[in-house]
Amino acid sequence: MAPRTSAKICGMGHSMKRKEDPRFLQGKGNYIDDFTRPGMLWLDIVRSPIAYGKIVNIDTSKALEIDGVLAVLTGKDLEAYNLHWMPTLMSDTQMVLPTDTVMYQAQEVAGVIATSRYAAADGVAAVEVEYEAMTPVMDPFKALEDDAPVLRTDKEGQEDNLIWHWEAGDKEATDKIFDEADVVVREKMHVPRIHVASIETCGCLADFNPVEGHLTVYMTTQAPHAIRTVLALVAGHVGLSEEKIRVVSPDIGGGFGGKVPVYPGYVIAIAASVVLGKPVKWIEDRMENLQADSFARDYHMDAEVAADASGKIRALRIKTLADHGYADAQAAPSKFPAGLFSICTGSYDMENAYAEVDAVYTNKPPGGVAYRCSFRVTEAVHCLERIVDTLAHKVGKDPAQLREENFIPKEAFPYHSPLGWEYDSGDYQAAMDKAKEMIGYDDLRREQAEKRERGELMGIGVCSFTEVLGAGPSKDFDILGIKMFDSAEVRVHPTGKAIARFGTKSQGQGHETTYAQIIAEELGLPAAHVQVEEGDTDTAPYGLGTYASRSTPTAGAAGVMAARQIREKAAKIAAHLLEVGEEDLEWEPGTFSVKGAPDKSVSIQDCAFAAYTNLPEGMEPGMEATNYYDPPNLTFPFGTYICVVDIDRGTGEVSVRRFVAVDDCGNIINPMIVQGQIHGGLTQGLGPALYEEMTYDEDGNNLAGSFMDYLVPTAVETPAWETGHTVTPSPHHPLGAKGVGESATVGAPPAIANAVVDALAHLGVTHMEIPIRPDRVWGVLNARGVAK
Amino acid sequence: MIPPPFDYHAPGSLEEALTLLGRLDDAKVMSGGQSLLPMLKLRLATPANIVDIGRVPGLDSISEEGGYLRIGALVTETALEENATVAARYPILLDTAKVIADPLVRNRATICGNVAHGDPANDHPATMIALRATMVATGPDGERSIGVDDFFHGLFMTALQPGEILTEIRIPSPGQHSGGAYLKLERKVGDYAVAGAAVHLTLDEEGTVTQAGIGLTNLGMAPIRASAAEEVLTGQHFGDHSGLRGAFRRVREAIARTPSDDELIAAASQAAADATDPVADRRGSVDYKRNMARVLTTRAIHKALERAAARTPAGG
Repeated sequence: MAPRTSAKICGMGHSMKRKEDPRFLQGKGNYIDDFTRPGMLWLDIVRSPIAYGKIVNIDTSKALEIDGVLAVLTGKDLEAYNLHWMPTLMSDTQMVLPTDTVMYQAQEVAGVIATSRYAAADGVAAVEVEYEAMTPVMDPFKALEDDAPVLRTDKEGQEDNLIWHWEAGDKEATDKIFDEADVVVREKMHVPRIHVASIETCGCLADFNPVEGHLTVYMTTQAPHAIRTVLALVAGHVGLSEEKIRVVSPDIGGGFGGKVPVYPGYVIAIAASVVLGKPVKWIEDRMENLQADSFARDYHMDAEVAADASGKIRALRIKTLADHGYADAQAAPSKFPAGLFSICTGSYDMENAYAEVDAVYTNKPPGGVAYRCSFRVTEAVHCLERIVDTLAHKVGKDPAQLREENFIPKEAFPYHSPLGWEYDSGDYQAAMDKAKEMIGYDDLRREQAEKRERGELMGIGVCSFTEVLGAGPSKDFDILGIKMFDSAEVRVHPTGKAIARFGTKSQGQGHETTYAQIIAEELGLPAAHVQVEEGDTDTAPYGLGTYASRSTPTAGAAGVMAARQIREKAAKIAAHLLEVGEEDLEWEPGTFSVKGAPDKSVSIQDCAFAAYTNLPEGMEPGMEATNYYDPPNLTFPFGTYICVVDIDRGTGEVSVRRFVAVDDCGNIINPMIVQGQIHGGLTQGLGPALYEEMTYDEDGNNLAGSFMDYLVPTAVETPAWETGHTVTPSPHHPLGAKGVGESATVGAPPAIANAVVDALAHLGVTHMEIPIRPDRVWGVLNARGVAK
Repeated sequence: MIPPPFDYHAPGSLEEALTLLGRLDDAKVMSGGQSLLPMLKLRLATPANIVDIGRVPGLDSISEEGGYLRIGALVTETALEENATVAARYPILLDTAKVIADPLVRNRATICGNVAHGDPANDHPATMIALRATMVATGPDGERSIGVDDFFHGLFMTALQPGEILTEIRIPSPGQHSGGAYLKLERKVGDYAVAGAAVHLTLDEEGTVTQAGIGLTNLGMAPIRASAAEEVLTGQHFGDHSGLRGAFRRVREAIARTPSDDELIAAASQAAADATDPVADRRGSVDYKRNMARVLTTRAIHKALERAAARTPAGG
């Protein structure tokens, strides 16, 4: 689609260079650790070396002898203020600091406050904690057995380790289809525990002014407004009320869902600042970040598909066990404990489906956050896209063909899925056709057949996912009761430049550019003249923040609506300046002209100036509008990814030779940024597919607590991504746009896994658990006698 | 990630460094610091004193003289990678340097530090075993030479005495018909080896192996010399199955049931695998690691033979 605006205006469809990049590329960003205050103190945290046990004693005397160590805060100290615990965003509870029991390795046990980062670290090393270790519950299946110890004895009425049971769909009708179906396939699969591993760890600078009773917290958060409200709710009793709390989220070095929750470290820093009346800074190190902060995924799924003999899918049934660790500390909308897992019927039309999830407590760190994922969509898509391949192999069909035969046809939109979603728009065949053409699908299948003859292992993996993004409509979506709208406030200055503030918070997505382009598209002001601000609760309008690919669907739409309000006012001013009626005006981006007399025109800048200098009689001065946008529906982007892998029969190494990603995210605001989002997402899908996994031994020790063992792919491991797109606009978003930030993270793992399984299918392999490590592949090859 | 307090010393000469080491209690020598600093930050090492030899003059040279390649204590991996002599005559060293950590680390990390650290997961030890290198240690009583086979004593344990500094590594210059290769299997770039194999072969005019060196990385508590595998290869003639010689050989193989090249290499590789004693961890099972020792040894032998064959008689 050709852009509607000129390159000077740079509205939608222009690959404008990112406005934020000059400061990032020159090392001039303002990240949390760049902030400092006179007299600032440091917090460092004593953490539990064991996964489960009683605290017998905490001896702080040696720490307090160290030069520079001022205080050591324990759970008992916080208990005096009832701040030793906090609610999670899922209305579960979580310790800030323990008073008697530790529940997972690396749990916060005490906070050391010192005058320097070094003294704080020495203080941590000198705090002596005596534990009485207990046998931890690490296996989520064992956690549900009758003889399992009840972990959350602090919760009244909790008699087992089940957190909740969730289900969706018609079980009876689904079971009936399975009973009568020609073909049933089943796979058990685990989407393992992973970590967002953002480059910047978490941290904050809490600055309490005891004279004013005012608290400013600079912190790494994706949702500053919600955090301020939570702070006001949990700390109201110690005198912090919402008007006296300012949360500032500065530049963020990657969030990916991991910077939505409130971590104990933030609360300890705030408590320390309030108690001491001094600014207190807390910055996690990498190992603390990996070992203690919220994980993602960890869904054990038992999936079945019922089909007729030709492979036409009739029903889907999934039973899931979700390991949440010590607390349900995910950040999903309140009414969706299993997130949007019910998107699991994906791109395929079927008669019915039934999905259930049991969530359990174990002695692992709490979570799980939606890592670059719109709440459990990654798990759902992996499950479906893997088992659809199993079905294809079972009925002897090419996996691409089987998908095509089951696609929801484009005429069927808006489509009502068996589990209750109304898909806004889609053309799945178009994305599939484009992906197959880009990669040369038929030639690859011929090459694979030839290689198989020679004993070489090559596989082609297909994934046709449907995403659900942009939470969400207020009738269904809230977090702690706050509806999931988002907001924009646009003000045009007299000289025709503008500031636009939003309730979201960029963590690298490029909001300063795309939001400016949205305003440019609607107002015809050059995007270069639109200053975008987010993240300061004192100035930005209230919003729920950035995650779940919701910024464009919600705050972006709010920006459009606010800009349109301004344009309506500008039209009235233009009519006044041109001395014609409003109905006689024509609009093209940036200019109002008189119908039939195109040389008689005024620019949007002229209107802006007049809004402050030469108003029509009775009009309110200024040029400003605010919009709180409650989306009518979510957006459902989709795509087809095709991956080609080669497997080394000696070492079991999987090499991704090619990867084509065709995405459809509706109308595109900035093609370059979309492509960047896809590249990043694909790489973050490659990680869990082949490398990343957070594992524990039976004693509860984290086995991947640093980057030595938590293997994040680098540029060396990353293949040259090939991207393409189709455009199927959203019918309800004011720009026809959909979210895009998470499609690739969701779509890449099953495409890669399917490729590996495809390479081994002739050996009788139907499934490989991710991450598909070389030793796992070699084990399969060796067992089948084909390892070299 | 914050190290405990320590005293830092930066001597300006080797004598001063040795004096400091003699005088100070609980002192640790630092060259590039790329292994020591992470251990300090994790508080796994807590020496009271760090003696940084980074400013000691005369230790940063790399030269080929007297039948040896001499690598000084402060020669970095990057300097090794960029050295023309190494590239032309010691490709196995280049193989090794290139797969260590990442370029930022290699800009500071030293070859001698890599060896002196005594970590069986480090890459240079296996290569030094294959090349039959000599370690030169300087202490209060002067220099002494330690053969590579006497150098590695176990996990983080070497023949270096307290007060000694590994000042130089001497590698015998390769013969005219020789070649070597180092292969490392890693989970991702910068990782320690799942398994690594260094193979260096010296051939005579006829193409018969006169000396074989095979070292293995991260497959036991110390770097491993695969002696049995070396013996399998020594005295064997590989390749060149064309012409009269090839015909003779094929006849001989048929009559005497002499093993083929592939069978010999497989036997040597199996012998190398049998010499390992790996532990199961996130890099794989014992079975997997043993098999990777075998697979990598096979591949490294082939590469070493290729390189030996490609070398001109002038050795260039």
